[in-house]
Amino acid sequence: MSVIEARGLRKEFTVRVKRSRLRREKRIVHAVDGVDLTVERGEMLGYIGPNGAGKSTTLKMMTGVLMPSAGEVRVCGYTPVPQRTKLTRRIGVVFGQRSQLWWDLPLRDSFDLLRHIFRVPAADHASRLRRCRSLLDLDEFLDIPVRQLSLGQRMRGELTAALLHGPEVLFLDEPTIGLDVVSKQAVRSFLTEVGVRGDTTLVLTTHDLADIERLCQRLVVIDHGRVVHDGTIDALHARYGSRRRVVVDLDEPVASYSGAIVEADGRRLVFEVDGSAAAVVARLGGLPGLRDIAILEPDIEDVVARLYKTTTEDAP
Amino acid sequence: MGSVNATAPPSALRNIVPAFRTFAAITGSGFRRYSTYRQATVAGAFTNTVFGFLRTYVLLAVAAGTASGLAGGYDREQLVTFVWAGQGLLAVVALWGSTEIADRIRTGDVASDLLRPVHPITMYLAADLGRAWHAVLTRFVPPVLTGLLFFDVYLPRQWFTAPLFVLSTALAVLLCFACRFLVNAVAYWLTDIRGPMIAWLIGSGVLGGLFFPLRFLPEPLMVAMWVATPFPGMLQTPLDVLVERDAPAMRCGLVALQVVWVVLLLTCCTVVQRRAERRLVIHGG
Repeated sequence: MSVIEARGLRKEFTVRVKRSRLRREKRIVHAVDGVDLTVERGEMLGYIGPNGAGKSTTLKMMTGVLMPSAGEVRVCGYTPVPQRTKLTRRIGVVFGQRSQLWWDLPLRDSFDLLRHIFRVPAADHASRLRRCRSLLDLDEFLDIPVRQLSLGQRMRGELTAALLHGPEVLFLDEPTIGLDVVSKQAVRSFLTEVGVRGDTTLVLTTHDLADIERLCQRLVVIDHGRVVHDGTIDALHARYGSRRRVVVDLDEPVASYSGAIVEADGRRLVFEVDGSAAAVVARLGGLPGLRDIAILEPDIEDVVARLYKTTTEDAP
Repeated sequence: MGSVNATAPPSALRNIVPAFRTFAAITGSGFRRYSTYRQATVAGAFTNTVFGFLRTYVLLAVAAGTASGLAGGYDREQLVTFVWAGQGLLAVVALWGSTEIADRIRTGDVASDLLRPVHPITMYLAADLGRAWHAVLTRFVPPVLTGLLFFDVYLPRQWFTAPLFVLSTALAVLLCFACRFLVNAVAYWLTDIRGPMIAWLIGSGVLGGLFFPLRFLPEPLMVAMWVATPFPGMLQTPLDVLVERDAPAMRCGLVALQVVWVVLLLTCCTVVQRRAERRLVIHGG
């Protein structure tokens, strides 16, 4: 069953560009330019794209914050802007660069206030908060005003705040932005826990592709307001011919070696393989002076960088 | 017959009680937010008290300079009460307020306000009532006690003055909230609201009766200001009610005028918010 359906979703902004001291020219910017998207219940969707591609704008239209210029969108059966009040009870939203917590109040008070605002039964609230406290280690800073929390602590608070009313869909807009490695891991582990239950749909925008690799089965890439890829990460690799690499280190340089060498740098040889590397590794086993063999998986960042570059060159 | 089934619409009461609880919780949060800034509260109460002395001496000098000893129709005691209650009310209604909502619009944090199942204006208003209640306890009481201690004040002589003053003050809080919201909401269109904010500060100070009682103005001008603008309803009306400046019927009429302005401006706030949401742009992520 689809929880998100978007058809021909568009958002245009008018910007005024200075042409001379007195003259300003109106220009229409197509932030989102005809996005079609269907997300099924329980999916974990990665929504990526370069800066200004339209990711956050799409999310804001899906959550009812921004009015689409054209097209249709339905989330949990509601049309987001006109039915936003009803929709907010069914979704949770985390904006990495904004806060939904009360700056002056301790986290505990913010959570209690959200319970009243979303009218969550006390028992449900207590059980969800208990789970978040244990998974996100909130106890040490639960009584500290939000303004005094570190970014990592605040983000853990934001995630809890977004989940306390038991949303069906969780929208996360760059939730790991600016976080250190440990905090990122904490956020990812928590989101994995949320996702594996299968009752919460996750839509995640990020620039950190490790988030996507760790969390999402499905990847949607948007650029210049249009969807340029919708499928699994493996499908993206297949589309761009990503191959595994076998890196061989030797004690002495070899004069020649027959095989698909893509790089040869003295004592290091790099091969590319499709599928299993077993045959290549078996052949390399007989090389004299072999010191080490490593198999590298294709790098998603390289693939996505190539994809962004391709779409930028194709852009009108 | 008379049985309840699952499709029966929920009774209004069933919805009103949780709605009231939500409203009360947000009001409580407004109170708690302001109670965390203790030094600022003390500094504010001290400043209002110091300026209370200055304003009292100026107005008493004006009254002493008239043949009747009255200034704008107020005697000395009424002027003292007008000043000291006014110094307290200033913080209760938050005449100068803050640009918090405008800042949230400018930075895009307003998106979080839209993602809650409570209308943004209801949420801002409930929080503002909490702030006002905190100000009653911490910012209204000190100047009023100071006035009582150092001057001969006018104490109301009619029993209904106190409840009418409370009602008028509550309406003043609503009125001032609505005006401040409208000034802040300009940020949906202009982003930078320094200009409108300065105009608001000057307008509300002069026309609200803070800088001088509006009764000092020529009567036609005063009446025009009172009827055509909401400003006198924010300070001048509750203070005139408290010092019993007019006949009882007239005082009730002035409070009724406050009600009209409150309804008008809160409706205006809702319309502005609706239009603003239609053209909202949230930049940068």
